[in-house]
Amino acid sequence: MKREELERMVAEVLAGIAPEADLTTVEEGEDLRDALDLDSMDFSMDFLNLVIGLHEKLGIDIPEADYPKLFTKSGLLTYLSAKIGG
Amino acid sequence: MGLFRMPSLGADMEAGTLVEWLVKPGDRVKRGQVVAVVETQKGAIEVECFEEGTVEELLLAPGQKVPVETPMARIRAAGEAPGPAAVPPPPPPPTPAAERTESRPAAAPSAAPPPPTPPSAARPAGLKVSPAARRRALELGVPLDRVHGTGPDGAITVADVEAAARGAVAEAPSPPPTPAAAVPPVAEPGKPVARRGFDPVEMRKAIAAAMSRSKREIPHYYLTSTVAMHRALAFLEATNRERPPPERLLPAVLLLKATALALREVPQLNGFWIDGGFRPGPGIHLGWAIALRGGGLVAPAIHDVDKRPLPELMAALRDLVGRARSGGLKSSELADATLTITSLGERGAESVLPVIYPPQVAMVGFGAIVTRPWVDEAGGLVARPVVQVSLAADHRASDGHLASRFLAAIADHLQRPENL
Repeated sequence: MKREELERMVAEVLAGIAPEADLTTVEEGEDLRDALDLDSMDFSMDFLNLVIGLHEKLGIDIPEADYPKLFTKSGLLTYLSAKIGG
Repeated sequence: MGLFRMPSLGADMEAGTLVEWLVKPGDRVKRGQVVAVVETQKGAIEVECFEEGTVEELLLAPGQKVPVETPMARIRAAGEAPGPAAVPPPPPPPTPAAERTESRPAAAPSAAPPPPTPPSAARPAGLKVSPAARRRALELGVPLDRVHGTGPDGAITVADVEAAARGAVAEAPSPPPTPAAAVPPVAEPGKPVARRGFDPVEMRKAIAAAMSRSKREIPHYYLTSTVAMHRALAFLEATNRERPPPERLLPAVLLLKATALALREVPQLNGFWIDGGFRPGPGIHLGWAIALRGGGLVAPAIHDVDKRPLPELMAALRDLVGRARSGGLKSSELADATLTITSLGERGAESVLPVIYPPQVAMVGFGAIVTRPWVDEAGGLVARPVVQVSLAADHRASDGHLASRFLAAIADHLQRPENL
């Protein structure tokens, strides 16, 4: 899957969690949680919802231990393409 | 014969505006069934019925704003004979939105089109959509911006969504929704949608009123404690390793359950201060403060927390956060909390001293879980994840000694996470 395609899918999942979040405004190395104000007062509830959304959409397992790899936009996309590419 | 009244959804609510009826005369209703959508300062709330019976008559029309306790519908209990045709007239309309004297149900928009309601100055531009209509739109795959709203302030109702889905011209009269279609009891955890029709200015006013009252009336006192979290986090890690993402637990759910179990031991902090005395809560229903995008917060209740297993509480918490943000909270969730918790989240501040939500008598705060130097049982210095737990309590209802025991009980439960 192309990176642009992957980014679009991530954006779709995000739209269900934080409708006003715009992934295109996030810089590659920026922390998504800061940039999009995920997890305000509820213990990474938003982040968990992002992981669940990706799990359901892409059919991949994302172990908790891997979460830190997903915090930046570039980290997230690299991780996902590696998972999907197998 | 029972009267279904405008519910009070918290100390700060004085009035509500009926957005939509989800039942019509002749419908059978059950306890806990969502029968109407009411617009409050906290957004659109789904109001539940607390009686079993048959809807005899709807006394309010969509768009009418009435004070708390005003009768909204007459409900005939099962087995009761139908009541007389004569009915008490609806109360005098307190707002321009309620100029009609005749009360017609929403089921016939073509017969009685609601007059246009002057939009409140504070309302932001954007669509008004009832939670039920939003869900229906999701189910039917109808983009809301293509739906023509016929409700008050142009609000989109279930009937409007269904009309749009059929490809019908939105302006054409639409048949009343069937009850089955109007009340899809579908929670959509993890799939919150934009919270439309939510007014941040009104929300701010509601918070201001409740918090001012709290600081005016409640003599707060505060206690804090630092609690080691290594056992709790190790338990979570082991539990989550074997579970797919949708079944994983967050630390929040351990804090929630530990608080509930501690309240069992110190029930004097679970309840309300009303008319100069303490009234114990009817159960351990914990309010969970949820920050809303766009500002403000709500603290809906999770019921009977002490009696429910962790996975169920986790699902409840996810569902609640999603619905708080999309505007689909139920009246019982807003009215029932017996103590409220505020948890600042994984990357929040280290501690918080909360302001009690009246008429509750205590509030618990959890800071972020952070790693700090800690002296372990053997006297050695180690790095440990810890959390600051704080309690704000009403000095009219309790004293520091009792509150201390309560914090110790929370700490104790968090050291035995497998028993939570």
